[in-house]
Parts: sequence; structure tokens; C-alpha cells
Amino acid sequence: MVKKLFSFIQKFYVAIIFLILYSPVIVLMVLSFNDSKSRVIWGGFTLKWYSRMFNSSIIVETFIVTVTLALLSAAIAVVLGTAACVGIEAMRRRNKQIVLGATNIPLLNADIVTGISLMLFFSRFLNAGFPTLLIAHITFELPYVILSIMPRMRQINTNAYNAALDLGATPLYAFFKIILPEIFPGIITGFIMALTMSLDDFTISYFTKGPGVSTLPTMIYSELRKGVKPEMYALSTLMFLAVLILLVIVNLKGSPMLSKPFANAKNGGKKHAQTMRYRR
Amino acid sequence: MEKDIIIDLKDISVSFDGEPVLNNINLYIRDNEFITLLGPSGCGKTTTLRIIGGFLKPDTGRVIFEGKDITDLPPNKRQLNTVFQNYALFPHLTIAENIAFGLKIKKKSKEYIKDKIKYALKLVNLEGFENRMPQSLSGGQQQRIAIARAIVNEPKVLLLDEPLGALDLKMRQSMQYELIRLKNELGITFVYITHDQEEALTMSDTIVVMNKGNIQQIGTPEDIYNEPKNAFVADFIGESNIIDGIMLEDKLVEILGAKFPCVDTGFGRNKPVDVVIRPEDVDLVEPEKGTIKGVVTSLLFKGVHYEMDVLANGYEWLVHSTDMVPVGREVGIFVDPYNIQIMHKPISEDEEASSDEE
Repeated sequence: MVKKLFSFIQKFYVAIIFLILYSPVIVLMVLSFNDSKSRVIWGGFTLKWYSRMFNSSIIVETFIVTVTLALLSAAIAVVLGTAACVGIEAMRRRNKQIVLGATNIPLLNADIVTGISLMLFFSRFLNAGFPTLLIAHITFELPYVILSIMPRMRQINTNAYNAALDLGATPLYAFFKIILPEIFPGIITGFIMALTMSLDDFTISYFTKGPGVSTLPTMIYSELRKGVKPEMYALSTLMFLAVLILLVIVNLKGSPMLSKPFANAKNGGKKHAQTMRYRR
Repeated sequence: MEKDIIIDLKDISVSFDGEPVLNNINLYIRDNEFITLLGPSGCGKTTTLRIIGGFLKPDTGRVIFEGKDITDLPPNKRQLNTVFQNYALFPHLTIAENIAFGLKIKKKSKEYIKDKIKYALKLVNLEGFENRMPQSLSGGQQQRIAIARAIVNEPKVLLLDEPLGALDLKMRQSMQYELIRLKNELGITFVYITHDQEEALTMSDTIVVMNKGNIQQIGTPEDIYNEPKNAFVADFIGESNIIDGIMLEDKLVEILGAKFPCVDTGFGRNKPVDVVIRPEDVDLVEPEKGTIKGVVTSLLFKGVHYEMDVLANGYEWLVHSTDMVPVGREVGIFVDPYNIQIMHKPISEDEEASSDEE
């Protein structure tokens, strides 16, 4: 009896936590189907905000920019991150720790600091625009990519690589045949994480995008300043779902190092990724 | 230069972070020889193997392979193959793909590769394992696959880095016979690394005993066991009584205040020496018949023999015997002159017996 009660309390507690955590998002989703413009009155179910959203050229354009940016930056970050992991793994232990620590600084750094410093840096050398946005995104994605590939890299028996050389493989052939297949799950995880980071980044994008370009988060922000448009609810809902799906994929792939705490609290994802580092 | 020398290491020295790992190693390996590098961990044996395999460049010295200098040749260009510690199979490839790895690089035909895989699996007694994954195999089986993967490339020299280290005792013993059989069937040179003296004695044609980056002794297993050159070798190869002695004259040594006849000559008169007597060479006799008298202080049954400690003239003698003598019994100690091995006192600390090694 007491046991039953106790288990009920446990479940109730967890349910409350999730309700508080996700109710704002649920409200947003519900409102995106609301036929009334009001935020408090339910005017019936409609999909008109969604159709309006897809008919808005600004939204569609921004969507294309955002997705291109996310895919391109994630792809480049994954290539750079893999190369970085190969290099870090080959280092002596002390250098390895120093470099790994250095790559993690952007994780701990406040987004606004990263954003402003990148803006200052770019203003000296480049005109703000899509290229600066791309470089900025690669910069903050890179640590996540390294963090998801490195554990895989460490699991590889270094002798497996030596064995490939021993059997006549060139270093490049050995990398593609032996190392890459082993770290590939980590690369995929890193890619998806980079995608989600890029899709929902606001702060850094805001400072580095330049006047002509917008990503969905920065556009939503500037649109909301002009007044609340229910299309933005619809857009936010879709973005939430997109990121959610990506995170579910990461979790199903079962990368224990990062995906779990990351998925549990979407908003606190960055912080969780940091704490994971120390738990290791 | 002798014609049958396949690998010649000349004046090889290596240091890591200023710490010397190999000091001027000179070693030649004959064609079709089973040579074992034996020593405690950190003695430089694996480093030597890595230099032969091409994974490490020596700071100084040359590696000569069949008369050609290969010191600067990368591992993928060398005509030798390695069986690594902990197998190092490719986990995402099947057994057949693992074995075919080197052959595919050499662009051999499909039929050739198929035949070779079959032949190699038969050689290591694992026929029908083509489509298994490495993780589904036991340690001993994985080790055999690692050997098969190396030998399909028909290397002239096979390097084996403690290949049996991760296996249990029974498995290790059966693999020892397997390796000797393989070596004889293939007719190639084996360079074997181990810290297990029994393994070395069982399998090798030649044993190279190493310690702290120096070669201590090179010889046949019988040489190394019966005529250890210094206290380190005597201590590392099996158990020994190593006692301080004084060489009174040729063929007579004083140990623990008693005079023992021996067969060694040329040490001079009244010179301090180390005397090595193997525990199985100590004969326990009636007290008055022995050279010195002692008392049995402990007795252990070890299966094949009894292990006894005998306290005599202040030294605890280690004795192996098939005859049991109870604790407390007074005995005489007699050693056949032929079984007394006299050694010079160590000149440098590198040659000293390391006390932390069993």
C-alpha cells in the first residue's frame, strides 16, 4: 500500500516537472492552430496560419537561408571536427588535454560574448553577411562535433590503425577504411547536434548576420517586435518539431555521452553538454 | 657478413623525452629463426619490435633488411607483418574481410584472395569462420585470425608482440605449440616478444634477454638457462639462488664460509663473484654428507615438485625436489660442481638483478 503510494508520488512528481517544462511549448502549439488572433480566446481549429506562413516570401526565403546555413555549417564543422579529433588523438597526453580544454571554451563561453567578439573580429576583416554567419556557426558547432567524435576515437585500438599500415595501407587508406567507419556514428551524432545548434541559435546569429540576411530565429524576433503574428506561432511550432525530431534520432542512435541530457532539457542543452564533460 | 642474416639492427638508440629507452642495440636475426626478445616491461623489447616494423624511427642506428637499409621506409612498404598485442582486428569487418585486407591493397585477384582466406583459416584451425564478426570470437580465436591476417601476405618475417598475453594459461600453452607448428609449416622468421620466460624457453631457437634498454644476453634457451651471463638473466629466467661468493682459485669457490668445487676458470684469485645455483640443482643429503648443514624452514607442494626453503649458514636456499623433507629436519646441502654457475659482479646497475621481478 505504502509502496503503491510512493510509486504514485514518484510518477506524479515527474509528470509535474514535464508539464511545467513543456506547457509553454504546448500553449504555443495550440495557439498556432487557433482561428482567433487573440492569445486567450479559442476561436476554433484552423491551419490558415500555416498556409499563410508558407505563402509569405520572407518566411520561405529565410527558411531556405536557415536550412542552407545549418546544413553547410554542420557539414564543414564535421569535416573540421574529424580532422581535429585525428590530430588531438595523435598528441601526447598533456598537449591533448590542453587542446581539448581549449576547444571546450566556446561551450562554456556565454553566447553573447562569442557573438560580440565574432562581430568585432569580422567588422575588421569582412562585411557581415552570409559568409560571416557561416563562419560564426561553424565556430560554435565545432566543440559539439569534437565532443561527440572524441569518445569514439578513444575507443579505437591504436594498433588497428598500425595493423592497417602493417598490411600495406597508406595512412590515408587506413584512415578511410579503419578509422572512419569506427567514428562514423560519432560523426553523425555531431552532425545532427551541429544542425540543431545552428537551427535554433539566436544570439550569435544576431550579432554576425549583417543587415541583409536573417535566420528564422532572428526574423521571428524582429517580426515579434512589430507585433504578434500567429504565423510566427506556426513557424516556431515547426522549428520545435524539427529540432525535436533530430534529437529523437540522436537518442535512438544511442550515443550515451551527449544525447541523453541534451534531449531531456532542450533549452538547457548547452549547459548539460558541459556538465557531461566533467562527469566523464 | 653471413648470408642467412635477414634483419640486422646496427647501433640502435632511442629515447623518449630525454629518457633513454634503447642503448646502442646491436642484434642480427637469421633467416627462418624463432627469435624471442625477453625482458620485464619497460625493457625496450616492444620498442625494438616497433623499430623493426617501421612504426618508430630510431634516433641513431640503421635497420638492415636483406642487405638493404630500410630505416626510413614506412611500415606499409616493408616486407614484414606484425601480430599485435590485443589482436587489433578490424571490428567492423568480417573475418574474411579482415584476412583479405592486405591482399586487396596488393590488388590480388578475387579467386586468389578466396583461396588464401581458405588456406589461412585452415592453417589456424578456424575453417568456416569467414562470415563471423571479430567480436563473436573468443580471445584465442581472435589471436589466430590476427595471425592468419598477417601470414596471408607471405611476409619473410612475422613480428609477434606478446600475442598470448591476454589468454588464459591453458589456452596460452596450446597456442605455444600451435605457433611452433605454424613456424615450421611456413618456414619464415618469427620475431617474438614476451615477458614470460617459460614461453620464451619453450618456443625459441634464440632468446635475447633485455633489461633497461640493454641486451643482457643472446643465446639458445639452454645457454640462457644453464649459463646465465649475469645476475639479472639468472634471476629473470626461472628462480635462482644468487649468492655472494669469493673465487678462491680456478675451480674452487667459497660460499657462505664453505668451499664448493666448481668447473669455472679464469676469474683470478680471491675475486668476489656472484654464484648462481638453480633450485633444482640443490641436492638435500644426510647432514654429514653435505658441504654445509641447514634446516628446512618451509615446505610447499607445487605439483611436479616440492619447494623448500633451507636455512644454512645465514642464507635461505630455495630448493626444488621431488623428495619431501619435513620442516625442521636437519639436512646437508650438496651441489654438483657442474651445476654451479659463477658470474662476475655487475659493473653497472643496468645489469643488476631487479628485485621487483618474480
